[in-house]
Amino acid sequence: MSGKILEIDDITVSFGGFKALNHLNFSLEPGELRVIIGPNGAGKTTFLDIITGKTKPTEGTVIFKGKNLRPYSEHQIARMGIGRKFQTPRVYLNLSPRENLQLACNRTKDVLPTLFKSPPTAERRTISGLLETIGLSHKADMKANLLSHGEKQWLEIGMLVAQSPDLLLVDEPVAGLTDEETERTGELLTSLAESHSIIVIEHDMEFVRQIAQGQVTVLHQGSVLCEGAFDQVQSDPRVIEVYLGSSEESEPDHHAPAKAAPPVDTPLAIPD
Amino acid sequence: MAVDIAVERTRIDGSKRRSLMVEAGIVLAVALFLILIVPLLLSDFRLNLMGRFLALAIVALGIDLIWGFTGLLSLGHGVFFTLGGYALAMHLKLQIPPTASSQLPEFMSLYGVTELPWFWQPFYSFPFTALAVLFLPGILAGLLGYVIFRNRIRGVYFSILTQAATIIFFNFFNGQQKLFNGTNGLTDFRTLFGLEVNAPGTKYGFYVVTILTLVVAYALCRWLTSGRFGRLLMAIRDDESRVRFTGYDPTGFKVLVFAISGALAGIAGALFTLQTGIISPNSMNIAFSIEMVIWVAIGGRATLIGAILGALVVNFAKSLLSERFPDIWLFFQGGLFLLVVMFLPDGIIGWLRQNGKNWFRQITGSRQIATYPSLEEDPEVEYERKNIGD
Repeated sequence: MSGKILEIDDITVSFGGFKALNHLNFSLEPGELRVIIGPNGAGKTTFLDIITGKTKPTEGTVIFKGKNLRPYSEHQIARMGIGRKFQTPRVYLNLSPRENLQLACNRTKDVLPTLFKSPPTAERRTISGLLETIGLSHKADMKANLLSHGEKQWLEIGMLVAQSPDLLLVDEPVAGLTDEETERTGELLTSLAESHSIIVIEHDMEFVRQIAQGQVTVLHQGSVLCEGAFDQVQSDPRVIEVYLGSSEESEPDHHAPAKAAPPVDTPLAIPD
Repeated sequence: MAVDIAVERTRIDGSKRRSLMVEAGIVLAVALFLILIVPLLLSDFRLNLMGRFLALAIVALGIDLIWGFTGLLSLGHGVFFTLGGYALAMHLKLQIPPTASSQLPEFMSLYGVTELPWFWQPFYSFPFTALAVLFLPGILAGLLGYVIFRNRIRGVYFSILTQAATIIFFNFFNGQQKLFNGTNGLTDFRTLFGLEVNAPGTKYGFYVVTILTLVVAYALCRWLTSGRFGRLLMAIRDDESRVRFTGYDPTGFKVLVFAISGALAGIAGALFTLQTGIISPNSMNIAFSIEMVIWVAIGGRATLIGAILGALVVNFAKSLLSERFPDIWLFFQGGLFLLVVMFLPDGIIGWLRQNGKNWFRQITGSRQIATYPSLEEDPEVEYERKNIGD
C-alpha cells in the first residue's frame, strides 16, 4: 500500500437518483489532521457515513489501512479503528460520564466478555486520566443528561479517544459552544492529532483557521472542489463563489444556536 | 495520582458492597416474611392467589429486563409463558397410576389417540421437563429475536411481530385437539413426584418454590443489569446506532437478553400452571401479554422491584375488584393504566425514587439546600463549605 491510512476512490452515493456524493476522491496520510469544509448539502455527513459503514457507496471503494471496508458493518469498522463523533453530541444520557467512557473503552466488545469479565485496572486508570483531560473529573458520577452542551461535546470526544481509534472523524465539534470552549476544543484536537489521524468537518471558519495546520478540503455538490492550505483555499475564486452562492439561498445555520453571528453565512469575511 | 485512584476505588467498592449487603438482607427478609408469616395471615384461597401472582411477577421481571432496560416492547410474552406452562403440564398429565385402564392422558383416549405422540415421550422425565420449561421458551425467544434483531427491526415493528407470533401459536395450540386437547388445554393434574398436587402441604410447597424462584430471578436480573452489560443494555435502549459506532454489535446482546426474558416467562408459566391447575391456549391471547406490560408500567420501568410490585398490586386489585364488581374491573384496569401514564410516567417505584427522599425530609423536618448537582460535587464549592462555612 501507499502508506495512506484512508483512501477513497471514485465514490458515488445516490439516493434514488440524487447523488449525495459524486465521483469523490480523497486520501489521508497517517497522522494528518484534515479539515473538510463546504456549504450545507455538500455531502459532508454522507462522506462520514460511507467511511463508518452507515451508508454503503453505490460505486467506488473506501480503503482503510489497506482494507476495503465494503463488506464490514458499522461495529466491525469501529473495531478496526475508526471512531466517529456526531454533529449533535450523542452520549448515553442515562449513564454517568465514567460509565459512558467505560463502554467506549472496553477492549472486548463481544457479549460474553462484556457480561463476565470485570474491567481491568489499567482500563480504570485510562478512564480517570481521560476524565481529567476532558475536564469532567468532578462530574464523573452524575448522569450525563445534567451536563451542559459543551461538556457533552467533550464527553463524546473523550469516548472517541477511549475507543483508541487510529482515525477520528469529528463532525462539527464546536457547534453551539462558547468562544472559550471552542478554543479549548481546538487545543484538544490539536493535541490529539499528535497521535491520531483526524478528519474534522466544520462550518466555523475561525475555528478552522485555529486548527488547520495542513490541508483543507472543500466539498461542493458531492465532490471535492479544491484542496490546499487554508489561506490558499480561502482566496480561491471557486470557493468564494460556492459560499456566496449558498448564502444567497440563505440557509439557516441550525447547528449553532449559541453563536450570536453564525459564521457560516460569511465564512470568508474574517478580519486578519 | 495512582494512589488517589486506588483509594477512591476501594472506597467506592466498599460502599457498593455495603449497599449490596443491605439489599440482599432486605430481599431475604421479605422472602422469609412471605414464606413464614404471610401464610398465617391469609386464607388458603388468598395464599394460593399470592403464589400465582408471585409467579406472574417473574414474567414481569423478564418484561422489565427487555422493555425497561433494553427498550424492546414485547407484546407476545404470553407465548413463552404458555410454552413453559404446557411443558410442565405435559409432565403432570403423564403421572398416570400404573393401575389405570389407559396409560394415556384421558383426553387422548377421548379423541381416539391410541399411542402417545413421540414428543410427549421425553416428558416422562422430570429433569427433561425442568430443562424444557426453561429452554423451550428461551430458545424460541432467542431464534425469534435473532431473526428480528439481525434485520434491524425495531420499535413498533418489533412489537407487531411479537403479536403476530402470539396469534400463530394460539391458533396452533387451539387447533390441536389430539396433541394438546385444543381449546380446553391441559388440566386435572393429580400428582407430582408422587405427591398429591391438591394436598395443602404440596400447595404450600409450590408457594415456597415460587418465592425461591422469584428471588433467584431477581438476583439474576440485578446481576445482569448492574454491571457493564446492564449499562450497555441501557445504551442500546437510548441510542442503538451510537452503540454500533462504538464497536459493539447490539444483535447479540439483544438476542441474549430476549432469550433470558423468554426463559423467565417460561418458568413463570410453569409455576403458574402448577398453582392454577390448568394451562390453555387462552393464556396466549394478546390481552394477557399486554397486561404483563401494564404491570411493569404501573410498577415502574427499569426498576425490577417495580415490576414485581406492579404484578402483585394490579393482580390483587383485579381479584378483589372483580369479586365485588365483576362488570367494571376492565374499566378500572384501563383507568389505572391511563392514570399511571399521565401522572406517574415512571411508575410507582420511579415516582418514589424521585420524590420519596423529599417526602422523607419533609416528614422528618431535615433541611436540604437544593443546588445544581454539579455544585455539590464541585471541589471549589466543597472547599468553601469546609473552610468558610455554609
